Amino acid sequence: MRIPCPHCGERDWSEFRYGGDASKKRPAHGSGDLDAWHDHVFLFDNPKGPHTEYWQHVLGCRQWFKLKRDTAINQILGEA
Amino acid sequence: MTRGYSIFSLARHALRPSEPWPEAWAKPEPRPSYDAIIIGGGGHGLATAYYLAKNHGMRNVAVLEKSYIGSGNVGRNTTLIRSNYMIGGNTAFFEFSLKLWEGLSHELNFNAMVSHRGQVVLAVSPGQVDQFARRGNIMRLNGIDAELLDRGEVMKMLPYLDYSKEARWPIWGAIHQPRAGTVRHDAVAWGYARAASQLGVHIIENCEVTDILRDGDKVIGVETSRGKILADKVGIAVAGHSSQVAAMAGLRLPVESHILQAFVSEPIKPIVHHVISWGAELFYLSQSDKGGLVFGGHIDGFNTYTQRGQFARVQTVMECVSSLMPFTQRLKLLRHWGGIQDMTPDGSPFICRTPIRHLYLNGGWCYQGFKATPASGYTFAHTIANDREHELNSCFSLDRFKRGGELDEHGLGNWTYKQ
Repeated sequence: MRIPCPHCGERDWSEFRYGGDASKKRPAHGSGDLDAWHDHVFLFDNPKGPHTEYWQHVLGCRQWFKLKRDTAINQILGEA
Repeated sequence: MTRGYSIFSLARHALRPSEPWPEAWAKPEPRPSYDAIIIGGGGHGLATAYYLAKNHGMRNVAVLEKSYIGSGNVGRNTTLIRSNYMIGGNTAFFEFSLKLWEGLSHELNFNAMVSHRGQVVLAVSPGQVDQFARRGNIMRLNGIDAELLDRGEVMKMLPYLDYSKEARWPIWGAIHQPRAGTVRHDAVAWGYARAASQLGVHIIENCEVTDILRDGDKVIGVETSRGKILADKVGIAVAGHSSQVAAMAGLRLPVESHILQAFVSEPIKPIVHHVISWGAELFYLSQSDKGGLVFGGHIDGFNTYTQRGQFARVQTVMECVSSLMPFTQRLKLLRHWGGIQDMTPDGSPFICRTPIRHLYLNGGWCYQGFKATPASGYTFAHTIANDREHELNSCFSLDRFKRGGELDEHGLGNWTYKQ
């Protein structure tokens, strides 16, 4: 799999680090709603299809960015 | 169908090859309703159905399998069994599983080829030896076999490893669990399927569940590619696709699906007589009865359903095997494949009730599901039959993160892709 880094261009997957689901909404800062925090931290939609996610170009420019990818076939659908 | 396998039946069929062996399990048409349905005909689903019938007298049970029996992860793993865990709930659960493996071939009247060849986990630093000593002590306090080996003992036991001065990761010692070993994975699926079928369980292949039917907060059955089937209770045991099936009932799970790759080399003469794991990198290896070296590493590290791994991970695993055993460098790979793992935030599974009444979940096995098959089926059957967890799986609940009950065996924190 090759991933387009917004700064360095297309590079091999092995230069990057996966950072999890980027579509989740973080509860408001200081929120005391423990159920909302639980759902945010521990639950995943885990779709078989388009997925918005964080990646970091750890062996390159070290930039974090959002990517859209089809998890069923690993096709990159572009920057999110 | 109901005849047992024995030396006499083997001799009879050898002398009369024209008489075909009967099918190992029946292929019935689905009934309109069952007392319980298990979604997923893998090792865990079949074991659950078997123990429902045997331990709890529930024989009006169906296992619904999307494809054919043995097509999923039960036929895609590296076949290892062990119980070298050291966190509260895990220790007792996996030791119970190992005890069930010990008598499984007799219980099922099916040779699962359970081999207690022992597992040796190699330590590559003095600190790791100390850590293994602690693990071994905890195991022994729980009545599990474990022995600490020094470098000289490892050299006698595994003379083919790289002990040279040039070795990148010098071997300082190891922890040995003699009762660990391997099992023929296909035989586990076939054995449980046959034994469950003999007790009256319906095993329905090529029957994909497309929806879970609810009446208010209660489950009443499933919609399938072969029509609607009603059931008092429904259990989910579908490994990598747990999130998709749970979503049919409106549930979100603490699960992300990742790919784990495995490898088999061309066959060579017997040399590796144990299961070997390595402290330098997540890596495990054994030699199959056909002579191939069977080995694997860590998950690729990002969520996917492709069953096709990334090359960088292949390279890492090859570096592991060739640096630990330099004689393997010119061996060719015979096969290489991937399986989808349901990874959880703490690396431990779920065998539990769900917020929806009469819907039960068995999943989140990460890459440690195979060795758990008998205990998983045993405790999941107990949970379904009694609508209450067995003491061995009460720690594997879906709400444990809310209650601060994580079982983080690796001490890694909340990262599905690092477990």
